[in-house]
Amino acid sequence: MLNRVSTYFYQRPGLVLALLLGPPMVYMLVVYLGSLFALLVNSFYYLEEFTGLIVREFTLQTYAQIFNPANREIFFRTATMAGVVTLVDALIAFPLAYYIAKFASPKFKTWLLIAVTIPLWSSYLVRVYAWKLILAKEGILSWFINLFQLDGLLQWLLSFESIGGSSLALSPVGMFIVFVYIWLPYMIIPIQTSLERVPGSLLEASSDLGAKPLQTFRNVILPLAFPGVVAGSIFTFSLTLGDFIIPLVLGNSKYFIGQAVYSYQGTGGNIPLAAAMTMWPVAIMIVYLLTARKLGAFDAL
Amino acid sequence: MSFILRCISKWAVNMMINASMPAIHFDKVSRHFGEVKAVDQADLEIRDGEFFSMLGPSGSGKTTCLRMIAGFDKPTSGQIYLYGQNVSDLPPYERDVNTVFQDYALFPHMNVGDNIAYGLMVKKVEKSERTRRVNDMLDLVKLAGYAGRKPSQLSGGQRQRVALARALINHPKVLLLDEPLGALDLKLRQQMQVELKAIQQRVGITFIFVTHDQEEALTMSDRIAVFNEGKIIQVGTPSEIYEKPASPFVAGFVGTSNLVSGEAAKRITGTEQMFSIRPEKIHLGSANGKLDKDMISVDGVVRDVIYLGLFTRYLVEIEGGGDLVVVEQNLKTTSMDVLSAKGQKVRLSWHKDHISHVGG
Repeated sequence: MLNRVSTYFYQRPGLVLALLLGPPMVYMLVVYLGSLFALLVNSFYYLEEFTGLIVREFTLQTYAQIFNPANREIFFRTATMAGVVTLVDALIAFPLAYYIAKFASPKFKTWLLIAVTIPLWSSYLVRVYAWKLILAKEGILSWFINLFQLDGLLQWLLSFESIGGSSLALSPVGMFIVFVYIWLPYMIIPIQTSLERVPGSLLEASSDLGAKPLQTFRNVILPLAFPGVVAGSIFTFSLTLGDFIIPLVLGNSKYFIGQAVYSYQGTGGNIPLAAAMTMWPVAIMIVYLLTARKLGAFDAL
Repeated sequence: MSFILRCISKWAVNMMINASMPAIHFDKVSRHFGEVKAVDQADLEIRDGEFFSMLGPSGSGKTTCLRMIAGFDKPTSGQIYLYGQNVSDLPPYERDVNTVFQDYALFPHMNVGDNIAYGLMVKKVEKSERTRRVNDMLDLVKLAGYAGRKPSQLSGGQRQRVALARALINHPKVLLLDEPLGALDLKLRQQMQVELKAIQQRVGITFIFVTHDQEEALTMSDRIAVFNEGKIIQVGTPSEIYEKPASPFVAGFVGTSNLVSGEAAKRITGTEQMFSIRPEKIHLGSANGKLDKDMISVDGVVRDVIYLGLFTRYLVEIEGGGDLVVVEQNLKTTSMDVLSAKGQKVRLSWHKDHISHVGG
């Protein structure tokens, strides 16, 4: 009986394919792309100011709104944060990933990878609130800063209007620290994977041909690991771009894109504007992903 | 006048020193990995300009020796000299030695031209000079016009040539080749053996070639070192290694050999000392055949016959115990003739110079 069933399927590979791929494809099309499409449609409606009702007519006036100075500033602020966080994450992750991939013994490597990924097992919210306590005025970080007599430096840093605030826990600098921490594993893993694929003989060949360690790094290691860096930056950049919890918990009155979307669709009741605002990061990420694909980043995922 | 004479004599002495200076000198070199003695107390001299092979089974220490010459590995004890200079502690990029890797190790993100130019690029050689020398190298390895291709677009044999060109462009004092032909199919391998030898003679650089293929080593080398279990067992020319193996291991690893010891050996040579005789050196004659002087003989019975077209392999059980393999070319015989030999009494004979005592 079982034999007949397997023979039946063996003779109909098309049916097997349909059964295997059907459910995930339906999910992908309906739930995933469907919701994105709903977002797109909504972004072409507009909110009637007087009645507070959504008018379901095609218009571009909502899109015009996202280009007003306040929203442009939000966009610029978020993209800058995402860019800086990505850059710093890459700088921190690379040496660590290089050590894990090329020097650590197999046993130590396992422990290091566990250490990198274990924070992902605990709740993101818990970790963000934990950081709020660490960064607070009476928190452990301030205590250390006091210990090393670096109070002046901290006050100087917080005095800048664009990045400072009343304390680290309520400032862009604090947000930056938490963003870098939260997304770091997403940068380490792809870089480590791509370095893992660089055969040791290539590094030996470079050295054999007369390249000093720095030359080997610049000419062989970095170019071959770059797709991994791009892959990691897709995560860090897009996750920072869309996040609204960290700005909500640690930020000041200046909005990030995620926060803006959150408040427009919630308290504002302006779903069309929220949808249009969401299209910003979507558009940026599409351009980013196309560039990344050209750089071969998807081979390293 | 006397000053000029002194200068000339000084120059002549220097020339002699250079000519007699070994390219590579191993002075009691060991490399231990924990308990494992990968290389154990190796002494070795490789002469200037020779094609030298390191032959041995996998794990015999030949690749470790090569890696220590290149600088990828450091001896646990002992010293390595490159033309008289102690290089034991120098990093690879400060040694005048280049390597052709087993997996070629071509940089996948660079095209063929940039791969070959790599050594010149890191030494900041001018661009026009680089291009000129890359083109010379491409001509040498018969890949003219391939400079713009990526390594992934090349066949195994072509990658091999690029790896060779990339190593040779730096004019190293010694070129190291780590089983470079291992990944090629038989026909291409034989073609590359001839080409490698020709290139070596053209550029006049000392080649050190690591292989586990005894036929390859015999074909290409001026001299061979046979490795086993971290030790150098024998160093000599291909014919010395083949004709006069110094140990049972060499006799068995290089070509096939009959090893005779104990009672049978005593009957044949008068002592129980083990000796080796190559199957093709043995003449198969009728049991009452006559013998020339200097010939040694033993009687036996043919136990098995394998007809292989070009030649026939006989298994003969000899008096005193043991079997000898005998190989005879089928110059006049046909398969019917040779197969009927099974079970017959025969006399095996060979020239006394063809045996070598291998100790043990």
